Amino acid sequence: MLQYVTRRLLIAIPSLLGISVVLFTVLALAPGDPFEELATNPAVPPDVRAALRASLGLDDPVYLRYLHWLSAMLRGDWGFSFVSRIPVDQLILQRLPTTVAVIGASQVLALAIALPVGVFAATRPYSIFDQIANTLAFVGFSLPTFFTGLLLIMFFSIYLDWLPFVFRTNIEATGWKWWWEMIRQSIMPVLVLGLFQGAAWTRFVRSAVLDVVRLDHVTTARSKGLSEARITLKHIVRNAMIPVVTLVALQMPAVFGGAIVTEQIFRVPGIGSLLISAILANDTPVIMAVTFVFAGLVILFNLLADVLYGWLDPRISFR
Amino acid sequence: MTEDDLRGLIARVKDGRLSRRGFVKRMAAVGLTAPMATQILAIAGAAPAAAQSVPEYKPTRRGGGGQLKILYWQAATLLNPHFAAGTTNQDASRVFYEPLAGWATDGTLVPILAAEIPSVENGGLASDGRSVTWKLKRGVKWHDGQDFSADDVVFNWEYSKNPAVATVTSGSYRDVNVVKVDDYTVRVEFPQPTPFWADAFVGGTGQIVPKHQFKDYAGANSRDAPANLRPVGTSAYKFVSFAPGDNLRAELNPNYHMNNRPYFDTLEVKGGGDAVSAARAVLQTGDYDYAWNMQVEDEILKRLEAAGRGKINIVDGGSIEFVQLNATDPNQEVDGERASIRTQHPAFRDPAVRQAMALLIDRNALEQFIYGRGGPATANFLNNPPRFRSPNMRWEFSIQKANELLDAAGWARGRDGIRAKDGVRLKFVYQTSVNAPRQRTQAIYKQAAQRAGIDLELKSVTASVFFSSDVANPDTYTKFYADMQMYTTTMPQADPERFMNQYVSWEISSKANNWQGRNIVRWRSEEYDRIFREAQGELDPVKRAAMFIRLNDLVVGSNHIIPLVKRPTVSASLNNLRPVLSAWDLTMWYLNDWTREA
Repeated sequence: MLQYVTRRLLIAIPSLLGISVVLFTVLALAPGDPFEELATNPAVPPDVRAALRASLGLDDPVYLRYLHWLSAMLRGDWGFSFVSRIPVDQLILQRLPTTVAVIGASQVLALAIALPVGVFAATRPYSIFDQIANTLAFVGFSLPTFFTGLLLIMFFSIYLDWLPFVFRTNIEATGWKWWWEMIRQSIMPVLVLGLFQGAAWTRFVRSAVLDVVRLDHVTTARSKGLSEARITLKHIVRNAMIPVVTLVALQMPAVFGGAIVTEQIFRVPGIGSLLISAILANDTPVIMAVTFVFAGLVILFNLLADVLYGWLDPRISFR
Repeated sequence: MTEDDLRGLIARVKDGRLSRRGFVKRMAAVGLTAPMATQILAIAGAAPAAAQSVPEYKPTRRGGGGQLKILYWQAATLLNPHFAAGTTNQDASRVFYEPLAGWATDGTLVPILAAEIPSVENGGLASDGRSVTWKLKRGVKWHDGQDFSADDVVFNWEYSKNPAVATVTSGSYRDVNVVKVDDYTVRVEFPQPTPFWADAFVGGTGQIVPKHQFKDYAGANSRDAPANLRPVGTSAYKFVSFAPGDNLRAELNPNYHMNNRPYFDTLEVKGGGDAVSAARAVLQTGDYDYAWNMQVEDEILKRLEAAGRGKINIVDGGSIEFVQLNATDPNQEVDGERASIRTQHPAFRDPAVRQAMALLIDRNALEQFIYGRGGPATANFLNNPPRFRSPNMRWEFSIQKANELLDAAGWARGRDGIRAKDGVRLKFVYQTSVNAPRQRTQAIYKQAAQRAGIDLELKSVTASVFFSSDVANPDTYTKFYADMQMYTTTMPQADPERFMNQYVSWEISSKANNWQGRNIVRWRSEEYDRIFREAQGELDPVKRAAMFIRLNDLVVGSNHIIPLVKRPTVSASLNNLRPVLSAWDLTMWYLNDWTREA
């Protein structure tokens, strides 16, 4: 087991290096620099802009810039943002709590919907409940988040005027009032993301459970006279969970990566909005750091999913 | 009316022999607008003593206004004005820092940290135009309680021009010399007579940061200054918290140097999102008091305004959307350089073709159907301040006239309906950045041109490429490897010198200067060069205004430049909010005077 994990971690190193090379090259090839706004401003002489580029090392050859970045990264120095001139790790840490709270809550909501609905629908296939659940699931994951987001804003903020649609991190209130405000402004982004994810997962859970329901050991369990609840929980769900765990585990990096579109719509200051504004501003160190962390998390959670298999299904062994 | 007549009239106003109203009437008779006439009086020193550039401030005590909530759809990322590349960051810095003076929307200076605006009468301006002496306001304190003095002002000059600090503002400071005269007087010295003396320490780039906070970070370590993120300024609002790319909070400064100001107790500036929902948050739900830069279709804004909670503020400035007709040939390579200054555009060298092109764009349609209140049609390149606006230019949309012109000039229609002459076909590549109103403008232009036998090939380039300075990219607007292009150019100062240098021959964009020259259309005129140089050294404001008007007429008259619509700044605010806005300075330039009416 330990050996397996070590080996997997070692394999991860070249993949991470490869990822960073690809990312850096693509970013370096992309046109533009962080000082575009200066270009159309006649008060800023062009050579000032050129000097700024040079001061950030943007005129060096790509491989030099990459090596520079890599050696700094290995020393734990993530570099500093071109546009805010502060260390990237600070920027990311500042965004992390909001992202984890909002995206995490939406994932919990998605699971809370997908598991019971999916299992219940699969144990009663083609019942009225199954049909309705299926239809709603299709509707749910066919509607893109930017659309449902706007729809919710139109209805709850503008028509009913119940919920605010601008997310504020600094709420001047304490105690339960703070919590109330926080929940009020989080409802819509969490709903948008949670329902979308939940709809997709419901379909997935349903089909996974459906695969197991017809297996012989379930029939055996039933013939032993076990209660239906016990059969579902111990004999069906546990076996059906293996593919679901992979899916959920692979989704976990997104909790840290944020949701670009939804964060933009509701002005949630998460990592997704950090990434998109960094991309728009050509802020290479920030883009590199966020995408690199994201890549690392994907690899890590992949490994975690594999390890979890062993726990769910003792027949799987690690070599 | 000659210059002498004008001077005579002004002298009569000064002596009291002619009323100000009478003067304005006479000016109107010769085609000068009333604002321009009053401006002429103002700069000639015949303005009424209490000319009000900013609205009167009513509250009689400090604070009590509650919270002011401002929404920016672009978020501020740093709070050091010397590093602020865009207006968002300049605005965010301006919440805390102040310049010596700011520009009111009528194009006049308003003292902020200065005790008075320098003038020839008060001895502030040297008569040879080589220096300006600023008297600083006494008793101003930084937010941390230290005194503001001339040392701070001098320090900002040293800080900004130091290449190791790599500031964005260095263009305003590197060519001047700043001398401390005494603790409350500084002198800015210029290498040559400079009629436009109000650049250093004025407006958005003139914000002054405290020496005691930055003196240890005035080199390559400038990034490490804690005050970059925790500003200590002199303004009406003190720093509370800042999350880069998200929001900014401030609170009332009880020791502010202007009486009874500010009105609001706390301030929040939230960033991010998009312009339409920002407009909604103000106009429809009233969650926010003010939303910056409403780049939203006017139709949508009108619909949102109908909710009755807020209104749209339109501030007329110098930004202009215009078309350039390349003076050089983009399809011919000379020494590995396209659009080289050694070539001539095969079609646009004929003035008839250029004139026809100017006749073929329906500015009325642009204003009515595309830009609305955010884009009034104009015939001038230089539109504001009013004293620089030419009364001589007219625009017209007439396909028939364009056809007649081209026929007369010998451009005959071929079998495919496209005109040609001596093997040169009127088929042009027309490029601009990707932006919905611009693509619609392109379509309107193309349709009209087609009816005059001119084929426009439309090309749109992503804004981040089009406006980049990437030397390797052929699609940037500074390379201009196309026959025509269109974009908006901004005029950040109330003086047109920096704005009008876009057509002087030594600014021509070329390979030699890495396409960093500002004369992108590559138009040359000896007369323009000469008048521009004269204007640079002309200290008489009336003569100087006349010169800039002449420059505008020269370049617009050449039709290499086709002005389309003005782009005033558009913002949204609640009905009860009284913001003080200016076209020539930042949104926050007079935040200390913002109030709410009960």
